[in-house]
Amino acid sequence: MARKLLLEHINVPGINTFDVYRSKGGYAAVEKALKTLTPDEVVEEVKKSGLRGRGGAGFPTGMKWSFLAKPEGVARYMVCNADESEPGTFKDRYLMTYIPHLLIEGMIVSSYALGAKVSYIYVRGEMMPQIRILEKAIAEAKNAGFLGKNILGTGYDLELYVQPGGGAYICGEETALLESLEGKRGNPRIKPPFPAIAGLYGCPTVVNNVESIAAVVPIINDGGEEYAKIGIGRSTGTKLISASGNINKPGIYEIELGVPVEEFIYSEEYCGGIANGKRLKAVVAGGSSVPILPANLITKTINQQARLMTYESLSDGGFATGSMMGSGGFIVFDEDQCIVRNTWNFARFYHHESCGQCSPCREGTGWMEKVLHRLEYGHGKMSDMDLLVDVSKKIEGNTICPLGDAAAWPVASAIRHFRDEFEWHVTNGPEAITRNFGLAHYADPLPEPVAS
Amino acid sequence: MKVTIDGISVEVEAGTSILNAARVIGGDIVPPAMCYYSKLEGSGGKCRTCLVKVSKGSEKDPRPMPKLVASCRTTVMDGMEVQNITSPEVVEARKGIVEMLLINHPLDCPICDQAGECHLQDLGYEHGLAKTRYEFDRRTFEKTDIGDKIQLHMTRCILCYRCVFVADQITDHRIHGILNRGDHSEISTYIQAAVDNDFSGNVIDVCPVGALTDRTFRFKNRVWFTKPVDAHRDCDHEKCNGKVTLWYKGEDVLRVTARKDVYGEVEEFICNTCRFDKKKTADWVIEGPRKISHQSVISSNHYDTLQPLPVVKTNPLLVEANKEQFDRQTRL
Repeated sequence: MARKLLLEHINVPGINTFDVYRSKGGYAAVEKALKTLTPDEVVEEVKKSGLRGRGGAGFPTGMKWSFLAKPEGVARYMVCNADESEPGTFKDRYLMTYIPHLLIEGMIVSSYALGAKVSYIYVRGEMMPQIRILEKAIAEAKNAGFLGKNILGTGYDLELYVQPGGGAYICGEETALLESLEGKRGNPRIKPPFPAIAGLYGCPTVVNNVESIAAVVPIINDGGEEYAKIGIGRSTGTKLISASGNINKPGIYEIELGVPVEEFIYSEEYCGGIANGKRLKAVVAGGSSVPILPANLITKTINQQARLMTYESLSDGGFATGSMMGSGGFIVFDEDQCIVRNTWNFARFYHHESCGQCSPCREGTGWMEKVLHRLEYGHGKMSDMDLLVDVSKKIEGNTICPLGDAAAWPVASAIRHFRDEFEWHVTNGPEAITRNFGLAHYADPLPEPVAS
Repeated sequence: MKVTIDGISVEVEAGTSILNAARVIGGDIVPPAMCYYSKLEGSGGKCRTCLVKVSKGSEKDPRPMPKLVASCRTTVMDGMEVQNITSPEVVEARKGIVEMLLINHPLDCPICDQAGECHLQDLGYEHGLAKTRYEFDRRTFEKTDIGDKIQLHMTRCILCYRCVFVADQITDHRIHGILNRGDHSEISTYIQAAVDNDFSGNVIDVCPVGALTDRTFRFKNRVWFTKPVDAHRDCDHEKCNGKVTLWYKGEDVLRVTARKDVYGEVEEFICNTCRFDKKKTADWVIEGPRKISHQSVISSNHYDTLQPLPVVKTNPLLVEANKEQFDRQTRL
């Protein structure tokens, strides 16, 4: 049985209330950090732990914290990014619903480490129940003296606020989130300056994902070195994976980084294999914006190594044969799923969610969606695939924020790996509406690597 | 700060953007800008036509930047080396941006008042393709009158946000802005209120396309048939100094605009009285013919033109340094 750090007590009845959470050893990290550690020591522990951002980009959290500018007399802010809206990812909502105090405890410790006196949890607008849960939990924590003035008699003050967003995917981009938090239109800012220098209200700000902040709690409790022992190489600790799609047991799994992908899909401890006895066709490993991989490439890397659930192993092979860890939205497709339709669905999502500020993303996402729609409904042309690849290339890297990249990668990767299925949609237009392409050769063993 | 753009070095002050450094050099190496406006704080970074490649970050940190950067919003570092037209990557990306800007543009230049002085037209002419690859319906909007002087033709808009910045920074209050998101975004006053401010007419001048047009000039004439003449008057508005360009057709003043420089940016913003109400020669003190930038069709056969600095074609250093790429890039 793998070690659980975040979800250890998830099945304890009433863990969402302060008293039960406290009786299970909750808020020990706050006591330890505020009473025995200096802020710099907390940052040092997080650095030692090797914790990497759980929101998608995988940037080391400790490093991010140490970049924070600390000018005299200027407020600093800690902001929690709970605007989880990536298709396929639902771990943060789960965490906030069932164990809200873990996030609040993490927020107190992180805010203390960064010297923030006011912190915000920016929650996506659709998550109204979670907003209420968090507000109740904050009130409980405040009653118990873990928030507000002079926490635990240490002289550290912290106010924690929950801010509902408007429900836009783009507000999960950190600078758009800050704009939205300031009450403006949620358009991403042009960087530099980065939020660590000028973020919320022009003050130095750190924005972290819910899971990253929650992971600070076990790091402080057990020490950074202990945390770093879990996992492989630079992928340390545990990660919440939102498993969905055609699997027997969809849901949230806390894994130790380094579990083989094959084991994750087929073992009874995790997903429990493909539902209804079907065969695996493809996997989107980290939420909708990462490249999709066919069955043979997701279980094995191009060099015939077993692919593991780590940041490095999932991205092994670059964009040609690899994918990304992303935010841990693990979507599994069986042989009955149509990749063209799925790609169109993703493109539709990005078209809908583009903020419209910069031209490649505003116009390009809509263009890709229309071409994919045409392909899916059997009116496509052979030249459409090259057109899509070209358009995605023109978007990728030329936009203000990563939404452009996120829109381009799934389309480009689907065409790279599933080109025959796209071509079949063109040549067999009417048939493509009533029938699926099936598994074809996508699960065939990879060719032996050419000895060089 | 020393910065090298396409092999040409220039000394600029700290805090200058790459685009402005390129404008100091002048000539073909200046990246095109559709949304950046030097007189409007915070503008730029949105249209992405000014993307350039930074091949050397600075003297201290010579690593190249990983992505193309928007030159209008990236400040120069000492020893920075930038490639604009000498980088095939940049030229390719710019071509893509122009294509993106044009896929939802109506291309109704034959009936558009902006034709002849439209930045998108120039951009499309220089970097665009003759044929579109877009085969779907274009996005359209109803045209609306915002006030009795300005018409908004949202279908033509490229969402540069310049008019929003003008309303924020030049006028007293802003009542229009961007509604919706993605390719449904539109400039709107939301409840069809009139934009009526002493300086509201300036949104027409800053608009790079024909989205905001002067209702007192609509369909009166093609701009290239009119003759631009510099003139001034004693304007009693405290913020306006009355320096304008009058556009004549025969004896009549068809329209009044602010004076625009080589990059199509106004030199000084003018008030609505000068722009809309003073359309008689008797109202003005004439200074002489206006020089119009070389590339505009307005200037054809009319007046002495401002020639671009012949930097790229005659600088032997640059030709030497970029020989291979230069050959590829030289247009007929």
